[in-house]
Amino acid sequence: MIAKIIIAILALVLAPIAGALISGVDRRVTAWLQSRYGPPILQPLYDVFKLLGKEPMVTNTWQALCAYVYVVGAALSVVLLFTGSDLLLIFFVLTVGAVFLVMGALASPSPYSQVGGQRELLQMLAYEPLLILVFAAIAMVTGSFKVSAVFELKHPMLYDIPLMFIVLGYALTIKLRKSPFDISACHHAHQELVRGVYTEYSGPYLAMIEIAHWYEVILVLGLCALFWSTSVVGMVVLVALTYLAEIIVDNVTARLTWRWMLRSAVGVGVVLTIVNMLWLYAQ
Amino acid sequence: MFGNMINKGRIKSPWVVHFDCGSCNGCDIEVLACLTPIYDIERFGIINVGNPKHADVLLVTGTVNQRNKHVLKNIYDQMPGPKAVIAIGACGCTGGVFREAYNVVGGVDKVIPVDVYVPGCPARPEAIIDGVVAALEKVKTLLGMTA
Repeated sequence: MIAKIIIAILALVLAPIAGALISGVDRRVTAWLQSRYGPPILQPLYDVFKLLGKEPMVTNTWQALCAYVYVVGAALSVVLLFTGSDLLLIFFVLTVGAVFLVMGALASPSPYSQVGGQRELLQMLAYEPLLILVFAAIAMVTGSFKVSAVFELKHPMLYDIPLMFIVLGYALTIKLRKSPFDISACHHAHQELVRGVYTEYSGPYLAMIEIAHWYEVILVLGLCALFWSTSVVGMVVLVALTYLAEIIVDNVTARLTWRWMLRSAVGVGVVLTIVNMLWLYAQ
Repeated sequence: MFGNMINKGRIKSPWVVHFDCGSCNGCDIEVLACLTPIYDIERFGIINVGNPKHADVLLVTGTVNQRNKHVLKNIYDQMPGPKAVIAIGACGCTGGVFREAYNVVGGVDKVIPVDVYVPGCPARPEAIIDGVVAALEKVKTLLGMTA
């Protein structure tokens, strides 16, 4: 029990720091791919500290509440993952947080925020079935929805369900707001929707949303790491390769429409899942 | 310690929002040139945001006239503090060659307080980057971080 509490506190403190460093490296690599020099690795931390020091400004109090619930939801789902809890519970907590982000965006009449909120709902509609399929596949391999059950496996899960890893990669791209799925908001200077779902959040509330995003990045990368649960080196290599692939995909693709996103996400997800499940049965 | 980190963030991450207040587009192109790989202002943590609610520095180009002075004031008011304003180009600084025109109010400082003036017609990208750095120096002295 005490070990679990210590792990929970460590996850709570280290996850956002790791998320910030990952996003700093991301910006640096992206700059390199665009033949620029790029910001310092610690830049995301500077950004968030600056935002925390800004004057709080909200269009209504709902927005502030929504930002708080979003960050709590994201942090709680990371804690649940690292304490080896239930995958479905993690999924539900994550969803509650994400829904509150959209509610906050829809609480203001700004058209950018409204369109961003609607698009964020569509993104959730695309990645949530994928995550559920991945969790169901993990449960078929391990016989339990518990994260801790994954670590009792004798060989990496990637051998059994390689196609589900691709499905998770799809969900990861949508969740990280990377191109071609950065339709509700993105981290680069594309300004079609200003900042989409983030438009009306400002100052400390935007900082909280950024911290929540770091938690989510760690959560999804943590789910990727589960696929090579037998060795720490394997986990790190797998996560690093996955994230590098994300950055490259982000830089070589253009933003696509939400119709294409929904169709391809559900199509790819269902087909790959069926193939992988049949293979698992045949074994 | 927390206060120190916030102050460091303020210096290291000035997000700019650019408002074309009736400029001829000469200065606007130079502002956007700062974002290209040649100048790459993201090195200094500067990001061009499209939203005054996320911005720390307001870059204004062009003369202010009777119509758009309300827009300029509105954008300035939407920015959460602490914030800085940089007037870019001869027109933004004083009204330039248009200052005598009947519809022109004058420079940006007739409507909102300006911290740094970047002259030039158009202002060079180097001068604009220097202007942002000068604004940061001003912020540093305000925060008592004279190093």
